[in-house]
Amino acid sequence: MPAVTVKGVRIDDTFAEAFGMRATAVIVTADSARWARQAALTMTGFATSVIGCGCEAGIDRELGPRQTPDGRPGVRVLMFAVSTAELQKQLQARVAQCVLTSPGSACYAALEGEEKLKLGNALRYFGDGWQISKRFGAKHFWRIPVMDGEFVCEATTGLTKKAVGGGNLIMLGRTPKATLAAAEAAAAAIAKVPDAIAPFPGGIVRSGSKVGCKYKGAAASTNDAFCPTLRGAVKTSLDADTGSVLEIVIDGLTSDAVAAAMRAGIAAILKLGPKRGVARISAGNYGGKLGPHHYHLKDLVP
Amino acid sequence: MKPLTFTLHQRPEQRLDLSSLVPHFLVGKTAAQIERIELQTTRVRVDVAEIFRLRMGDAEYLRIEGASDRFDRVGEGMTAGEIVVEGDVGIRAGRMMRGGRLTVHGTAGPWAASGMKAGVIEIFGTVADCLGGPLAGEMAGMRGGTVVVRGRAGERAGDRMRRGTIIIEGEAGSYAGSRMIAGTLIVGRKAGPLPGFLMKRGTIVLGAGCSAISPTFVDCGQHELLGMRLLAGFIDGYSKRGASLLRRPLQRLAGDMAVRGNGEILIGNRN
Repeated sequence: MPAVTVKGVRIDDTFAEAFGMRATAVIVTADSARWARQAALTMTGFATSVIGCGCEAGIDRELGPRQTPDGRPGVRVLMFAVSTAELQKQLQARVAQCVLTSPGSACYAALEGEEKLKLGNALRYFGDGWQISKRFGAKHFWRIPVMDGEFVCEATTGLTKKAVGGGNLIMLGRTPKATLAAAEAAAAAIAKVPDAIAPFPGGIVRSGSKVGCKYKGAAASTNDAFCPTLRGAVKTSLDADTGSVLEIVIDGLTSDAVAAAMRAGIAAILKLGPKRGVARISAGNYGGKLGPHHYHLKDLVP
Repeated sequence: MKPLTFTLHQRPEQRLDLSSLVPHFLVGKTAAQIERIELQTTRVRVDVAEIFRLRMGDAEYLRIEGASDRFDRVGEGMTAGEIVVEGDVGIRAGRMMRGGRLTVHGTAGPWAASGMKAGVIEIFGTVADCLGGPLAGEMAGMRGGTVVVRGRAGERAGDRMRRGTIIIEGEAGSYAGSRMIAGTLIVGRKAGPLPGFLMKRGTIVLGAGCSAISPTFVDCGQHELLGMRLLAGFIDGYSKRGASLLRRPLQRLAGDMAVRGNGEILIGNRN
């Protein structure tokens, strides 16, 4: 396929194909940044793909005391799912099991939306009748007594139906080490983009998948066209010198956030250059027939 | 923005009902129409022109100059806009307010903020009894909004309060927060005897304790409560004194165990 080369890095003339999703955001705070981060990491730990985890979630950014409702350090978490019902289920379960349980934690809404998801309104029953409702202006909170004091949780948080999931970048390098360096640089750049997350471990996924499988019951299977060890055995998408491929999957609260994150990732890869990073960038799609959002790489080159 | 201003000619000879002088009722009216509004509470007819000198302006912003404690029901039922009163007001100031802001640079009579649902009331002087409380026969008192009293409050402040926030920077009389259903009542200084008498739910914060507490409240120890820290951030814009009180450790008493017992009195150590 035709491509453009920028700073020695080949950028395929292709596009990332993404899908509409439901999303929400919450702020998790604690007495220290360490415990706020710990609660958020636990909440988003098993949330890499809607296929097996029910939702995709990650840390959008860390917040200083002046940026949180209770004046303590905090973390903004984004959560994506394919339906409102599934998002509500995942939000409720993860805040209950991972945030409510974390020492000194509190949880607040971090997204305005006409539609709401239950947050404290769903968790208040843990108080067994001792929970206290508090309305301050337009805000509604629940104070639930717990063993280290009280868990404060906003009653609801906002829901957006304009979120996008599945933006992606595929990095093709000569060695695993150099490819990982490029992916790390891209993931670090994407982490700074507001309203977008890369939900896989450290923002990076090494097991890209294709739709379908020869075995019954598996909806997806390894993306053999991008597996270096199968180069001679299957119809490959790799170059002769490709020794490692990594992918970054991006979810955003808006289409613009996904595009901004992809642009930041590409810029970081180009800045690293082909010698220390990868010599080629591509993207995954399904021929443009499944997802309504198409992000053409050539439009995102800085 | 030029306010629509009412300046008092002389102290009225009877109590007056000023509930008609609210922005949503005056918007679109001419000076002649406003001057014909009747204010009497007896059989002796009194209209606006007899009591006030009227200066036209934006009816969303009313100013009452030279007010009197015979001015009853100021801002009653107000839905939006602002009323500033230079002087004292009588009974039921801001009763059943649903929005907007009422500022009184003087004292207020009983039942101020009674049944209020939303909006902000700020009273720089003292208020009489039953701040935010219900009238006889009503099931609940204040149902929302924020009230700030810079001075002292009389007896039964926050009686049967259901929702909203009352901040009294000075002292409060006896039975503060009596029969509270929910909501938050903050008293910056000392309260009179038996605060929270028969309260079901809700929060009463007493900056300097009270002269006597009911034996039906049980001590839960001293705590730094995150919920109060959150509240401090909310009320900081209304009362720095009240906010600073909430950021310190507070002694928590649960009660009133004579009824439901889901309420709390939080006592600071300010003397």
